[in-house]
Amino acid sequence: MAKIDDYIPIVGESVVEDLKLIAVHLRGKRILNVNSTAVGGGVAEILNRMVPLLRELGLDVRWDVIKGGKDFFEVTKKFHNALHGGRVDISEKDFEIFMETSRSNLEAMETSGDIIFIHDPQPIVLVRKRGDNKWIWRCHIDLSEPKKKVWRFLKEFIVQYDAAVFSAPAFSRTLPIRQFLIAPSIDPLSDKNRELPQEVIDGVLHKYGVPKDKPIITQISRFDRLKDPLGVIGTFRLVKKHIDCRLLLAGGTATDDPEGQKVFEEVMEAAHGDPDIHILVVSQNDLEINALQRASTVILQKSLKEGFGLTVSEALWKSKPVVASNVGGIPLQVKNRYSGLLCYSPEGAAFAVKQFLTSPDYARQIGENGREHVRNNFLITRHLRDYMLLFLSLYHKENIVYL
Amino acid sequence: MAELARAAEPFRFYTRLHLTELTGLKAAGLVQLVRLLKSVPGGCIYYHTHRFLQQHQYLSPEPPNDFAYWVREILGEEELGERLASIDIIQYSTIRSLREKIIATIEEYLDEHPEAKMRFPREGGELHFKKSVSFILPTEHVSYDLREFVDILKRITIDSIYFHIFEAKLRLEKGTNDFSNWIENSIGDKTLALSIARLDPYVYTMEDLRRTITAMIEREIR
Repeated sequence: MAKIDDYIPIVGESVVEDLKLIAVHLRGKRILNVNSTAVGGGVAEILNRMVPLLRELGLDVRWDVIKGGKDFFEVTKKFHNALHGGRVDISEKDFEIFMETSRSNLEAMETSGDIIFIHDPQPIVLVRKRGDNKWIWRCHIDLSEPKKKVWRFLKEFIVQYDAAVFSAPAFSRTLPIRQFLIAPSIDPLSDKNRELPQEVIDGVLHKYGVPKDKPIITQISRFDRLKDPLGVIGTFRLVKKHIDCRLLLAGGTATDDPEGQKVFEEVMEAAHGDPDIHILVVSQNDLEINALQRASTVILQKSLKEGFGLTVSEALWKSKPVVASNVGGIPLQVKNRYSGLLCYSPEGAAFAVKQFLTSPDYARQIGENGREHVRNNFLITRHLRDYMLLFLSLYHKENIVYL
Repeated sequence: MAELARAAEPFRFYTRLHLTELTGLKAAGLVQLVRLLKSVPGGCIYYHTHRFLQQHQYLSPEPPNDFAYWVREILGEEELGERLASIDIIQYSTIRSLREKIIATIEEYLDEHPEAKMRFPREGGELHFKKSVSFILPTEHVSYDLREFVDILKRITIDSIYFHIFEAKLRLEKGTNDFSNWIENSIGDKTLALSIARLDPYVYTMEDLRRTITAMIEREIR
């Protein structure tokens, strides 16, 4: 696991110095993170990297995971889709299932600490245990057009927190509590993002039977409808009419996503055995994901909704030209025509992919800009800084805080 | 090498880190924009006129403010966008006066072009008001003369440079930037202090600003 000083060659000594300066002001504070899964998905991935680094900086940080059965996670998946604005049928029974599991977690979970940091809706009810400590709700979901029924249900809990954190400005709502904007981040030293020797990249392509004979277009995502894998196949077919290329659709599933298998089967069917479409299940193998991204000519993220879309920052960090939907947190990462190309449809995505494939110099320049944009805004060091400032803000109401 | 003047008071470098607070307020047209500009906290005006400096500090030597960017890119009002982008922020010593100038610029334009009141963004294109929460921390870097000062300046974070140049002058209403203030009052070099104060920092990237000030001081102590 990387140490905090290992980031100095990437972000500079003074950035790390600042982190140490802030951390001094949080000594003695006990901070508990709670989410719903220890593996799979962006939240667990970020916590896995951040918690050890915060501890190294001297903070007393713990991380706990709520428990829930299949029924519970089916309901929370429905919540997730409804918050993303999808048409979902949610019954009173669903709310009962959610509350029943929440009550068990309320009884079972120990929530002592100065700051309790709750991630996403699954553990949101835990705030009922609040005492005189500080509670933060961190929402990683695109809340720009939530379905009212679920939003109203969750809002009753959200207003009991001291602060809420969102990944993009459009996700904030009118709330009686303070709201902060904190984008998630990638870790440049993780297996998913560190530099790889060419032979490792070639080895992974060989393992999955992907020849290097044509340009490779890739989308790395869980098999989830909101990632629009069928739209990706549509985009690929439009590109392929004019430019010979391959499509890589690679991803795993998270333990709290029961829909994944169904979507995977739909994708397999849509591919129709096309030998240029490679559908790969790469579960929890970050090194292989890294290699596939590095082997790609263009990276797509054609999501219909997106909490943030960290795969975009991962691709940009590897200096790859990215074509991505203008949804959720993606436009924060891709400034159109500067650090990537934004699209709204399979046709638009196909046009953008063709631009990159036919203009490699343009693609290279955009990729380089993207890497610098990520270095400045979306690396884990910025995220560590924001979280520490967030913790401090709970004890300071003013706009200018002298420490 | 000539002996350097020792400062009457040492210069301590501070750093300024910020957290973005969301207000939940959003504008979906120019009339609403003006209305909100009149009532949002000063921290919002500061945020939207300074965000580009830090988030895109490597990108552009002429960082547009968010209002100019939104009016031009989202509403398609090119001329008003240009008028807002060309507001000479360095001329304003308080957030209040800067706020008044932005409001006056938009109101004047709406008087001349009332049809602009009917321009609306596509769904999702609203301007979301945010504000900056600044955390100001002393660093361990202290200089007693210009040599020490420039050595630190070369390696301090851009957040620190940002604080002493932008935030100290406008948000803390100190009148001038901290570097010029120290160089004039503690080192006694009024000419150098003035030449740094005369720079328009808004037309540099942060790294270019660092290089420019470093070069000015190094010429002085060569």
